Amino acid sequence: MVSRPAARFAHLAGLVLVFAFAMFPFYWMVSSSFKDQADLLASPPMWLFEPTIKHYAEIWADQKVTAAIVNSLIVAVSTTALAVLLGTPAAYALARFEFRGKSDLWFWFISNRMISPIVLALPVYLLAQSLGLLDTHLVLILIYLTFNLPIVVWICTDQFRSIPPELEQAARLEGAKQFDVFWRIYLPLGLPGVAVSAIFSFIFSWNELLYALVLTRRNVQTAPVAATSFMSGYELPWGKIMATGTVIVLPVTIFALIVSRHMIRGLTMGATK
Amino acid sequence: MSVEGQALAQEAARARPARRRRLEHGRWTPLFFLAPAVVTLLAIGLYPMLFALVTSFRRYNLTRAREGFPFVGFENYGRVLSDQTFWDTLLLTGRFFLTVMPIQVALGLLIALMLHRPGWGFMRSLARVSLVVPLATTYAVVGLLGNLIFNRNFGVANQFLSWFGFAPFDWLGNPSGAFAAIVIMDVWQWTPFCALIFLSGLSMVPVDIEEAARLETKSHWALLRHVQLPYLLPGLTAMLILRSADVLKLFDMIFTMTRGGPGTATELISIYIQRVGFRVFDLGAASAQAILLLLFTILLSRLYIRIFYREIQ
Repeated sequence: MVSRPAARFAHLAGLVLVFAFAMFPFYWMVSSSFKDQADLLASPPMWLFEPTIKHYAEIWADQKVTAAIVNSLIVAVSTTALAVLLGTPAAYALARFEFRGKSDLWFWFISNRMISPIVLALPVYLLAQSLGLLDTHLVLILIYLTFNLPIVVWICTDQFRSIPPELEQAARLEGAKQFDVFWRIYLPLGLPGVAVSAIFSFIFSWNELLYALVLTRRNVQTAPVAATSFMSGYELPWGKIMATGTVIVLPVTIFALIVSRHMIRGLTMGATK
Repeated sequence: MSVEGQALAQEAARARPARRRRLEHGRWTPLFFLAPAVVTLLAIGLYPMLFALVTSFRRYNLTRAREGFPFVGFENYGRVLSDQTFWDTLLLTGRFFLTVMPIQVALGLLIALMLHRPGWGFMRSLARVSLVVPLATTYAVVGLLGNLIFNRNFGVANQFLSWFGFAPFDWLGNPSGAFAAIVIMDVWQWTPFCALIFLSGLSMVPVDIEEAARLETKSHWALLRHVQLPYLLPGLTAMLILRSADVLKLFDMIFTMTRGGPGTATELISIYIQRVGFRVFDLGAASAQAILLLLFTILLSRLYIRIFYREIQ
C-alpha cells in the first residue's frame, strides 16, 4: 500500500507513543524500585540515577513481604486448581448435553462476572467470623471461586464445543463410559483452553485486594494487602513499596503476555472474540 | 491419547455424511457433571447473598452488638434511600463513568486504527503486546503507583506539567485534582481494553471489502463510517456494559490511591459501602446498599446477556 511519507511517519510516531503510554507507569515503578530514598524524594524527579538493589534486599529480609507472597501463591494456586477441577466437568456438560434450564444456568455463571465483590464481602465476613474462618487461606480460596469458576466454565465450554462431536460418538460406540469420554477425549484435546482459563484464574486471584483486605488479618495477608500496608506513616518507604509492587506485578505480567491473544476473551466472557 | 484421538477423528470423518446426531445421554448424566460446580457456587455465591438480604432487614451494628440484631423491616432501606451521601456517591460513580468512558472509547479507537493500519510491522506488534501490561497490572499497585506519580513534591506528573510551562499542582490534596488523578490512572489501565476490542472488530472486516473501499475513497473517515463501523458496534456495546459494571465494582485502585478522599471527592460507591460496613460497622445499612447495588448489577448483566448470548437461547 502506497502512502505519503509524512503519513507513514506520523503512523510510526503514533505507535511509539502508544508503546510509551502503555509502558510508562510500569517503567516508572520498576525504575523507582532501584532508586535510593534520596533520589526518590528528589524534586524534580530523576530519570538518571545510580541503581541500588537495597529495597529488594530489604523486602527479602522483612519476612512480611515474602510471607505475603507465599500466601498469595497458596491462595491463587489452590483456587485455580479447584476452579479447574470443578469447572471443566460443568463446561463439558454445558458444551455437549441438552437439558432443561441449561441457558438459565449458563446465564447465572456469566452474571457472576458482573457482581461487585463488596456485595459478597459483607456477608462472607460475618459468615467467616461465625465459622472461625477469618484469616485463613481457605476462606479466600473459596470466595475467589465466585469469579474463577465462571471464567473456567466459560472458556472451557467454548473450547470443548470446538472438539468434533464425532469423536465422542466413535468412542461411545466402542463402549467408553461417559466419564472416560470427558477424561480421555475432552480434557486432553481441550487442554489449551483449560490452560488459558487457569492462567486467567491465577491472574484474577493474584490481583485481588478487597476480599483479602476484609477477610484476612496478620496470618494470611496476601501480597497486595502487604504492599498497601506500607502506605502509612509520615515518610513513606517509596523504594520498598515500589519494589514490592514490582515483585507482585512481574509474574502476572509474564502470564498475561502468554495469554495475550486471549486477553479480551477472558475479560469479556467471550462476548467478543 | 492424541494418536488414538486422531485415529478416531479420521474414522469419524469417514462416517461423516450421516447427519450430525445429537448425543444420547442418561437423564442424570448432566447432573453428575454439573453438580460440583453448581453446588459450590450456590454455597459460596448465592448463600452469602441471601445472608446479605436478611441482614439488610435487621439492625446490625457491630459497635452496638449488645443491643442484638433485631429485624426492622425496611428501615435500613429507608435510611439508605434518604441518605444524601449514598446518592452523592452514586452520582459521583456516574460522573466518573461518563468522564473515563468517552476518553477510553476515543483513545481506544485511535489506537486500534493505528494498530490495524499496515506498515511498521515490528513496532505495531510491540505496541499491541505492550497494551496487555496495563490490563494485567494489579489494581492495588496501580493505586500505589498513582500515589507516587501524582505526589505534590516529587511526582513525575508535575514534572510533565512543568515541561509545558504549567505550575506544579497538588493533585491528591484537592478534590478536582484527586478526581483527575483517578481518571488518568483508570484511562491508562482500561484504554487498552477498548483498543483491543476495537482492533478485533476491525480485523473482522472482510479484506476484499476493505480493499475495494480503499480504492473507492481516500477518506479514512468515509471508510470508518461506512465500512468499519458496523463491525465495531457490538464491541462498543460490550465495552459500555462491562465498563459500567467495572466502575460499580471499582475499589482497589481508589482505595490504595486516595481512600475516597480528600473528603469524599473520590468516594465511589464500592468505597462508600466498604466504609459504612467496615469502618462504621453499620452492616445493616451496608447490606441494604449492597443489595441495591446488586439489583442494579443484575439489570446490567441481563442486558449484556440479552444482547450478546442470543444464539444460545
